[in-house]
Amino acid sequence: MTEEMIGKSVKRIKALEKVTGNAKFVHDIEIQGMLHAKMKLSPHAHAKIVNIDTTKAKSLPGVWAVLTGKELPYKVGLYLVDKDILAVNKVRYQGEPVAAVAAETKEIAEKAVELIEVEYKKLDAVLDVQKAVEEDAPLVHENLGELESAPVFFPKPGTNIAHHTKIRKGDTEKGFAKADHIIENEFTLPMVDHTAMETHTSIAEWKPGRKVKIWTSAQSPFAVRNLLANGLHLNHEDIEVIVPYVGGGFGGKAGIHFEPLVTCLSRAADGRPVKIVMSREEEFNSVPVRQGLYSRLKTGVNDDGEIVAQETEFLWDSGANADYGVNVTRAAATAGVGPYEIKNVKLDSKTVYTNKIFGTAYRGFGHLEILWAIERQMDLVAKEIGISPYDIRMKNGLDVGSVTITGEHIGESHGRVKECLREVAKEIDFENRDSDDLPEGKKRGKGVATLHKAPAMPTNTGTAAFLKFNENGTLNLTVSLTDYGQGTYTALAQIVADQLDMPVDKVNVVWENNTETEPYDWQTVASKGLFMSGNAVIKASQDMAQQLKEVASEPLRCSVEDLVIEDEKVKVRHHLDKYISFKELAMGYTYENGNAIGGPLVARGNYIAQGLTNLDPETGQGLPALDWTYGAHGVEVIVDEDTGEFEVVKIASAFDVGKAINKENVIGQIQGGVIQGYGSAVMEGYQFSEDGRLLTNTFTDYKVPSIADIPELKPIIVENAQEDGPYGARGVAEHPMLSIPSVIGNAVQDAIGVKIKEMPVIPEKIFELIEANK
Amino acid sequence: MKTINFTVNGRNYKLDVKDNEILLDVLREKLHFTGAKEGCGEGECGACTVIMDGKAVTSCIILAVEADGSDIETIEGQSVGEEISDIQEAFIEENAIQCGFCTPGMVMSTKALLDRNPDPSDEDIDIALSGNICRCTGYYSIRNAVKRAAEKKGGSQS
Repeated sequence: MTEEMIGKSVKRIKALEKVTGNAKFVHDIEIQGMLHAKMKLSPHAHAKIVNIDTTKAKSLPGVWAVLTGKELPYKVGLYLVDKDILAVNKVRYQGEPVAAVAAETKEIAEKAVELIEVEYKKLDAVLDVQKAVEEDAPLVHENLGELESAPVFFPKPGTNIAHHTKIRKGDTEKGFAKADHIIENEFTLPMVDHTAMETHTSIAEWKPGRKVKIWTSAQSPFAVRNLLANGLHLNHEDIEVIVPYVGGGFGGKAGIHFEPLVTCLSRAADGRPVKIVMSREEEFNSVPVRQGLYSRLKTGVNDDGEIVAQETEFLWDSGANADYGVNVTRAAATAGVGPYEIKNVKLDSKTVYTNKIFGTAYRGFGHLEILWAIERQMDLVAKEIGISPYDIRMKNGLDVGSVTITGEHIGESHGRVKECLREVAKEIDFENRDSDDLPEGKKRGKGVATLHKAPAMPTNTGTAAFLKFNENGTLNLTVSLTDYGQGTYTALAQIVADQLDMPVDKVNVVWENNTETEPYDWQTVASKGLFMSGNAVIKASQDMAQQLKEVASEPLRCSVEDLVIEDEKVKVRHHLDKYISFKELAMGYTYENGNAIGGPLVARGNYIAQGLTNLDPETGQGLPALDWTYGAHGVEVIVDEDTGEFEVVKIASAFDVGKAINKENVIGQIQGGVIQGYGSAVMEGYQFSEDGRLLTNTFTDYKVPSIADIPELKPIIVENAQEDGPYGARGVAEHPMLSIPSVIGNAVQDAIGVKIKEMPVIPEKIFELIEANK
Repeated sequence: MKTINFTVNGRNYKLDVKDNEILLDVLREKLHFTGAKEGCGEGECGACTVIMDGKAVTSCIILAVEADGSDIETIEGQSVGEEISDIQEAFIEENAIQCGFCTPGMVMSTKALLDRNPDPSDEDIDIALSGNICRCTGYYSIRNAVKRAAEKKGGSQS
């Protein structure tokens, strides 16, 4: 084959099924005899459960099971096992499930939920992270000291601090003493919802012998299986988790969610399958979100723009649980000064419990949040010392030879943040930003911002891939990495096609994921999918190539070393007209007289993260990052200097992806991510009443971008290969949304001088700042 | 209970529905047209879009009894055997599909638009599709797909 497979925009796998409405999501699945579940939710942010009376609900015809927290003495969770399946003894946020029903119809389930009577005694709630860390704050988890956690997390018993990551590099006292300027600012941002279009949906069918079969809208079938086994004390091999098409994830479907609840309901309902579908209101109210963040940054900088010291405090508003949130805090801390080299750093990042819906992974895993503070601070510092926002970033940006805050040395194989920054500045003509052509009262502003992120995951994160031949010489590829829109499966098919020199449409990537039949993958998160599974798929392809050659070497009468793979055939290197096709080898090679050798060919490959270490608990030194993807945005805005209304005219976004395996799908990720970041930047954010009730629980009150909102966007692909990435590739799933709020804030500041420190960036807040400056 | 008559993708249906039954639920649960999805249940996200008597509607806020006597088109009626429509083809060619959950609704809103306006401007497209939320693509490829579909339709007419 002569066609270049890597870098080609091969059409997305399963596009036909999706565009015809044939793709079946868990949302669409019905199992014979299936019951419908509904949850009773807490109306209070913090309250003791005095009594729950389920008598009336249980006696309603059509009701098969009613459960409360008393019957479910389990805790579940990813890194810190702090989640109840249904609230036990007390509720910790408004919207927390306190009871659940399984009934023959949705209507009966809803009616039964209404008949459940819960008596509460309200407790003092803590809604603000800064108040939650005070000594006399009400405790969200009184038993924090007794909870299980992964050994790299350190809950502080008797407080609301679920974890504290410390990073210490150099000597900040000396650094600040030498600095020409010291500039300190505080930044905040609210909780935000993923709003995947398919709400969380799960079906469980309990079976004899303590077994269970689950269909779920999850990103990570093996994480669901593992956490369910641990939480409900089941055997891993007795749990089958099936993930069909998933309607968007963005981190919100990582870890474990309602699978334990439907499992327990099915068990209580004599093994009838039970389905739960979150309504959109429940999705906002009872399904975890991106954490809020309070940041305090103190920067020591010299006249020439060199940053000599940085002191940073992050307080993460993790809400009522932190099973996933503790790792957001840790991961973001390791990237905690942005893609810059700063010699003296003291950084403290704390996961804080409050009485609100709880936090989880969201595309970017804490990095959009910290970069809001880091990249806004960079422009505030630049303004204060009178240097260009571009120059200060170039002055301090990471280069080959730089040392990161965890002690990692940046090498030739890392990406280039400064190249991304140069590209976007050029694209928006950053230096040229006067407003002479605009009507009176309108000001043009331009901003730049950088970003970086590495996958956040356990040091021993692994994945694997299987390949098997079909009778006609085509291949099935099986991985339990999931594809809920990223396009990873298409790229993996391209890798197999390139490795085994065959047409990409002859590589069938098995779509539906199933823990019974597929090899393990830790989780589909962190922009590690293509990097890790790509490497595993290369190994599986090489294994298959070797097996093909071993079988073919006998009939071709030569050694394995003399054979090459070309055009779906095994050929003799020196006589390319002597060959055997894949089809003839797939199920075993048969000689003319009927003798056969080989057998059906199956191959495997695996990959485990290389060389990662746990961080030193006191200094944060270690190697947490498999690969860093760097990027930058440039933005042009036009702002009304009287009202604060603004228009984003153009966004340019560049990422050093190492190598784009499928250019069109990389651009798809950039476009989708940038607009998701745009939502965070200018319109999205949870609002609560004073007593902790969520006010933004519909799409009417919680707006996300529509097609009418999108500004002009120029995606730019930079390719400096990553030595250990598949074909040099790095992940770019999360990165496009990082620093979008910061760059818009920077551009608005550039236009009219207002110092925005609160997200989202909305005209009302800009107006307040304009008025305050008068 | 009330008896209603309507057509879905040209096929006649007569069925008994409750007064408060929602059209989307009837289509999905009784007739098994599961292409239309429920993304919000309040007419805000467009995942449930079908065409009723030529107009794109959010079927999650329409009562089944309101559909009595109407002609309904769903995503399932847009392809015949292996043949997909120009619009569907354009969505694939422009890579306007990621997770796919919003796609049926997007295709139906596009069809309703192009049926009444074969040559839409960017603004026409934005107005017609602003009720369809997609959280994956950022909409650029969807806008391009609508334009490409319009070109294809123009091409087949001339």
